[in-house]
Amino acid sequence: MTVRVQLADFDLGAEVAALRADNRGVGAVASFIGTVRDVSDGARVSTMELEHYPGMTEKALEKIEAAARARWPLLGVTIVHRVGLLAPLDQIVLVAVASAHRGSAFAACEFIMDYLKSEAPFWKKEVTPDGAAKWVDARVSDDAALRRWGIESFNAGSSESGQEQ
Amino acid sequence: MQLELRYFASVREQVGQGAERAEVPADVLTVGDLRAWLRARGGVWAEALAEGRALRMAVDHAVARAETPLADGCEVAFFPPVTGG
Repeated sequence: MTVRVQLADFDLGAEVAALRADNRGVGAVASFIGTVRDVSDGARVSTMELEHYPGMTEKALEKIEAAARARWPLLGVTIVHRVGLLAPLDQIVLVAVASAHRGSAFAACEFIMDYLKSEAPFWKKEVTPDGAAKWVDARVSDDAALRRWGIESFNAGSSESGQEQ
Repeated sequence: MQLELRYFASVREQVGQGAERAEVPADVLTVGDLRAWLRARGGVWAEALAEGRALRMAVDHAVARAETPLADGCEVAFFPPVTGG
């Protein structure tokens, strides 16, 4: 199990090599990398700042990994999420999953990303070339992506978990 | 009861601090009570923790709801919807 939050960049090849090292049962590795775009909602992006909640973030990612392992027979999981100052073309997040067959690897990789988007405490702030800063809004479509897996999320929408009733 | 409070992202910027230790009165028993108590500070607090705002909350690093109970010494966080990945 590898869950890391770090300032530094990561290398997909090195991460996958470590993930499947000495594991002869691995027949499939699926990976996803999220990167910084230069345009967000029509506005140019020159830099992006990523904030997180130290302590809770690691616990949330470990919980997400455990949920994936409970659903599929996985042989390895790596989740790396960067924080700090990033720029277009930079890598933000890596999820890599190893299993015996491709079905579990593909599905678990997508599940982990969908879960992370709505439940891991990270926040993005985008800065445009003229220096204007804006916190990125959560997307209702990300909650819907997690709901496909049978997990309710109210991150972006009216939140049962967040609103006072 | 003494609590460790944490604020993140847009909430942190609005209230002008990321962390504080607060001594709360005996009738503050839940996360929702705490939110209302902080809101009563007025000004930026009333705005940042406004009732209609989609806020997320955590107690000791676990997702919490308005009715989640508080315990002495626990860490309570308020933050906007998450946007990682």
